[in-house]
Amino acid sequence: MSIYDIIFYLFAAITLISAFFVVTIRNIVYSAFFLLFTFFGVAGIYVILGADFVAMVQLIIYVGGIVILMLFGVMLTNKITSVAIKTGTSQIVPAAIGVGMFAGILTATLVNSHWRKVDTAPLLPTTQSLGLMLISEYGIIFELLGIILLIALIGAASLARK
Amino acid sequence: MHVPIEYFLVLSAFMFITGVAGVLTRRNAIVIFMSVELMLNSANLTLVTFSSYIGNPVGQLFVFFVMTVAAAEAAVGLAIIIALFRNKQTMNVDEINILKW
Repeated sequence: MSIYDIIFYLFAAITLISAFFVVTIRNIVYSAFFLLFTFFGVAGIYVILGADFVAMVQLIIYVGGIVILMLFGVMLTNKITSVAIKTGTSQIVPAAIGVGMFAGILTATLVNSHWRKVDTAPLLPTTQSLGLMLISEYGIIFELLGIILLIALIGAASLARK
Repeated sequence: MHVPIEYFLVLSAFMFITGVAGVLTRRNAIVIFMSVELMLNSANLTLVTFSSYIGNPVGQLFVFFVMTVAAAEAAVGLAIIIALFRNKQTMNVDEINILKW
């Protein structure tokens, strides 16, 4: 068992355990904090896979942005002093049956398929090639993403305004 | 790469299934929103896995695009949730039925 395996199992355990707590814990503030640990674990998995730029973007956007946005959402939509912050669940049994079948089918498919892979691919940093593709081949998509972010910003501001 | 590709795929599948379970069982709109983010992250993990094992960085570029759209979705979704809370004073999606005939 090499050091790669140990780091993989560590980050996989962080990701799965905190993802489980996100959907099961009843206090949604704790739920948001466990979501932070889930995103952190996924960033660690990205580092193991050699995606250094994507790991940094994950840390900046998700851990630094979206979780904070969700905590603000929780703060603005719940009365902190009351017990209304705890939320219930419903339809456990049909959801468990459906999710169990889905999990079985998905896992069996993933394990039994033969995936095409290149064994000689070394884990090089991909930041330079990503930057070159963003300004040459995928430049129009990059500009369109900027427009999408601008529209989302204007839309969110006008929706949340009184 | 010492870890087989199936380990990453099964990890991402379990993350997706956890998100599906959250959407199906929880009744708070913000928790449903967090579960949707879990599913988006598992799709990103699958893209990065295949990109790394095939040796082509285009998959990581698509993860970048997905993250941008997810950030826009988070901003607009939370704005909708806050506007809804201002009108209905509740976050329970069973009580938010103004579009239901």
